Amino acid sequence: MARIIVVTSGKGGVGKTTTSASFATGLAQRGHKTVVIDFDVGLRNLDLIMGCERRVVYDFVNVINGEANLNQTLIRDKRVDNLYVLPASQTRDKDAITREGVERVLTELKQSFDYIVCDSPAGIERGALMALYFADEALVVTNPEVSSVRDSDRILGILASKSRRAEQGDEPVKEHLVLSRYAPERASRGDMLSVDDVMEILGIPLLGVIPESQSVLQSSNSGVPVVLEEDSDAGKAYGDLVARFLGEDLPHRFLTVEKKGFLKRLFGK
Amino acid sequence: MGFFDYFRSTHHNSAAVAKERLQIIVAHERGRHRRSPDYLPALKKELLSVVRKYVPIDQDQVKVHLDREGDYEVLELNITLPDDDSERK
Repeated sequence: MARIIVVTSGKGGVGKTTTSASFATGLAQRGHKTVVIDFDVGLRNLDLIMGCERRVVYDFVNVINGEANLNQTLIRDKRVDNLYVLPASQTRDKDAITREGVERVLTELKQSFDYIVCDSPAGIERGALMALYFADEALVVTNPEVSSVRDSDRILGILASKSRRAEQGDEPVKEHLVLSRYAPERASRGDMLSVDDVMEILGIPLLGVIPESQSVLQSSNSGVPVVLEEDSDAGKAYGDLVARFLGEDLPHRFLTVEKKGFLKRLFGK
Repeated sequence: MGFFDYFRSTHHNSAAVAKERLQIIVAHERGRHRRSPDYLPALKKELLSVVRKYVPIDQDQVKVHLDREGDYEVLELNITLPDDDSERK
């Protein structure tokens, strides 16, 4: 049975799309047929992060309106098997996606995919509510910073009250914390909320900590999900996150300041 | 913590401040949005009618608020009676 996972946060710019791209790519790398859907109608960006922006022909709204079918619209990733992208529309019509339309598309996708990853837009407006409504699980992307933590808490409240699972009284949406842009040295100095602080405030299980890393910007520059940059800390952290999601019991890395040895200090890196 | 760190860490710890502020605001907002029981409006209405039997008050002079502090809940009722000036008129 296909699982629907929403990547959400409330606040913008915390790494939802980066996380969606790497999470979906990681699932596909491990052999699961995965589609990642951009719900940010009017502000399409997942295609850029996935590096398929020049291959977009049709979009999510075209499928909802019956102007194109899924086969024509889904973009197959060229690097990883089993990975597909459903791009957002660039229309300015905010009402372009309807709950019935989304449900129809998701039902069709469920028949051939193992995982459906929904990349939510920021905010708590229609698009964000649509992205989370049908979710079975949620990755709540949070930065160790006051406004992001507060917004994540709001989103948790919405998941618990406005999702289909909540409305129908089913088992609640399974929540996972993804703490991104984490800087261990600043946390240890007391200049940044620590992993434990954020976990204590939000009270949901930690799926992964993504360290602040230059490779995130570099990989978005070139349209490669950072999980494919296997030498980078952020890439490794996303790899671990996906493995943990699939049930592996891995310790969290990059939580403490790396002690540089004498040679490392001398030669750098 | 090393000997010299003791002197260095005299600058205030902003993460601790952030955590404390967040715990307060998040607890407050959860009370309002996430777990606020739906009987509060009805409770407020009935309280209002009881108090009105004895003292004429406006609707906004009764405030009902539910707070969660750790394991227990605090139901806070605040009824503002009209001051003497307005009564004499």
